[in-house]
Amino acid sequence: MKKNDVILIAVLLVAAVLTAVGMRIWQMNNTKDAAKVVVTIDGRVYGTYPLSEDRTEKIELPDGSYNILTISDGYADVTEASCPDQICVKHNHIKYSKESIVCLPNKVVVTVEGGEDNEIDGSTF
Amino acid sequence: MNNRKIAFLGLFVALAFVLSYIEYMLPLNIGIPGAKLGLANLVVMVALYTVGEKNAIALSIIRVVLVGLTFGNISMMMYSLAGAALSLCAMLIAKKIGKFSVTGVSVLGGVFHNIGQIIVAMLVLETQSLLYYLPFLMVIGTITGVLIGFVANLITVRVKGVFKM
Repeated sequence: MKKNDVILIAVLLVAAVLTAVGMRIWQMNNTKDAAKVVVTIDGRVYGTYPLSEDRTEKIELPDGSYNILTISDGYADVTEASCPDQICVKHNHIKYSKESIVCLPNKVVVTVEGGEDNEIDGSTF
Repeated sequence: MNNRKIAFLGLFVALAFVLSYIEYMLPLNIGIPGAKLGLANLVVMVALYTVGEKNAIALSIIRVVLVGLTFGNISMMMYSLAGAALSLCAMLIAKKIGKFSVTGVSVLGGVFHNIGQIIVAMLVLETQSLLYYLPFLMVIGTITGVLIGFVANLITVRVKGVFKM
């Protein structure tokens, strides 16, 4: 390994960390509207669900494959899927604006829009 | 191209094919789409430093087509072709510049492989939200690149010895 290699690796890692932190801050600051979960299949909107209501939705594709979307405690998560790689199932649950869970084999994308309104979340009636 | 080189290129194609299959059976599933170990890149790296650039490009294309036809489908082939092409370009340029050792070239190859796949996935799924994965893929690409580069270096030294005989 040469000195240049070490510099390259350091630059890549620092750039990655900075971008990740920057995106996180942006996501946390864009949490004004009521949160929605938008599900798209192959770029077309399949359904929109509020993040505040607990529910389980089976996203079914014409060819019989499916993804099961579970919304609970303000988080959206894909809990079951017919795809072979199961990357969407392993993915962490999401709640911030623009966070997404992707299932490449089924072309399903689950994205949070608007983020979470912390004030409403914290209040009790 | 002498006989020894031809024989080695055939061997490399077979190796890359088998390593792709192993990777297909043992996916690196950490919940991030596009994250890959890049085992096949090990063979491309060794080829790049032993049988030359043109042969490494040929090897890379043959591998993607073979693996796509055998284990995947057209869309999977598109992902890997974009990843392989971008990764190979980055490695060729890095090698030409001559400022990096095998490790640096391999790291760039790993990072750009992941970037290429993300770009294709963004185009196919028509969503920009995949950009969110980019920093994580950069870190993964760097780590796998260092490991692959280390092993590629060990193998290259020995294969070069065979060519000198």
